[in-house]
Amino acid sequence: MDSIKIAHLSKSFGQQAVLTDINLTIEPQTIYGLLGRNGAGKSTLFNIISDRIPATSGEVVIEGQNNVNNDRVLNRIYLMGERNLYPSRMRVSDIFQTTAALYGRMDMDLVHQLSSQFGLNIRTRFAKLSTGYRSILKLIIGLAVDVDYVFFDEPTLGLDANHRELFYSALMDSYAKRPRTFVISTHLIEEIANMVERVLVLQEHHITIDETTEKVLNKGYSITGPTADVTAYTAGLNVIGHDQLGNLRVDYVYGQLNGSRPIPDTVSISHIDLQKLFVNLTSQEVATFEN
Amino acid sequence: MQFNFDSTEPLYLQVAEQIEEAIFLNSFEEGAQVPSTTEISKQFHINPATVLKGMNILVSAGFLEKRRGLGMFVASGANGKIREKRQQEFYKDYILNLVSEAQKLSLPETAIIEMIKRGYEQNGLD
Repeated sequence: MDSIKIAHLSKSFGQQAVLTDINLTIEPQTIYGLLGRNGAGKSTLFNIISDRIPATSGEVVIEGQNNVNNDRVLNRIYLMGERNLYPSRMRVSDIFQTTAALYGRMDMDLVHQLSSQFGLNIRTRFAKLSTGYRSILKLIIGLAVDVDYVFFDEPTLGLDANHRELFYSALMDSYAKRPRTFVISTHLIEEIANMVERVLVLQEHHITIDETTEKVLNKGYSITGPTADVTAYTAGLNVIGHDQLGNLRVDYVYGQLNGSRPIPDTVSISHIDLQKLFVNLTSQEVATFEN
Repeated sequence: MQFNFDSTEPLYLQVAEQIEEAIFLNSFEEGAQVPSTTEISKQFHINPATVLKGMNILVSAGFLEKRRGLGMFVASGANGKIREKRQQEFYKDYILNLVSEAQKLSLPETAIIEMIKRGYEQNGLD
């Protein structure tokens, strides 16, 4: 099994650049979290990898082969996207059958087990499904289809808390039984933080972070104390944001602290969670594109 | 087993600590099988590799043992070993923090010793 290599990939819609010179390797058997603000280009990236839309320049190489019009390698990946590609009168059971036929293999036992756990009636026609059940239908396919790379674009859109928990359990179970790559884009960062091994941040048309979750979390700090002491301590560090409450200040730092600088008694330092880190890293950014 | 996640410590260490705590409290008894990485991963939505990394710390410490093809089991004598380890860490984890907080509050040594005695008496009465 080989990786997916994305080289010098750019995409513009008219004058509007969405992705600029993306270079990225997606490794086998790894769970990724793809994080980005609304309009950062997450869906566009997914759509290009799965050859649903063309890149403006650059290429996507899957298992050593260019992906464009290449059914052999595109058959190794599944994109659960936002768009609904199914005929509205088609029944859920027929959608499962068609997808199974298209991909050659699908775990139909798992399909039926998950359908019953989620309460998805497979006799229902696609048009009659709510937003939540459309997501459920597609995520069941994503978990059951026999591919090496699954891209989940907002998989929990419209799902209630119980159904989200059920999805995460099913995902962990499926991954443990057959390790393969999942790339998950979601705004519910805290819910996936403990599941993802690597974090990708898409920001201002670029991938700005591509590291293990452990390393990313290790580099995030909050430094709390009286304003003067905090700012003196964080001078020259990579401060990505701050909170201010009267004279109490919290600086958020991403990167190394200065080991030789003494920590004042009045200042406390702790690590921050992935969501807090992401929010501070991307708070300056203005969402420029909506699709 | 209860996972209280915070962001201050790597997740695999928290996994190791929670399982250790469960062994110490005899929720997982010596010789008994502990839940598999898949079970823990599925229930708490943690990557199985992270769970395994946590478990391997306990294997190295001699609290868990791998039985090929069967899974992970609580090693015999694990409970005693955990107690011993925690006794050794007691000074660093509790006493040093206690002294440092007492100094911040300007509480003299004699007052702290008095409080410790009072704590023992109160616990004895309960």
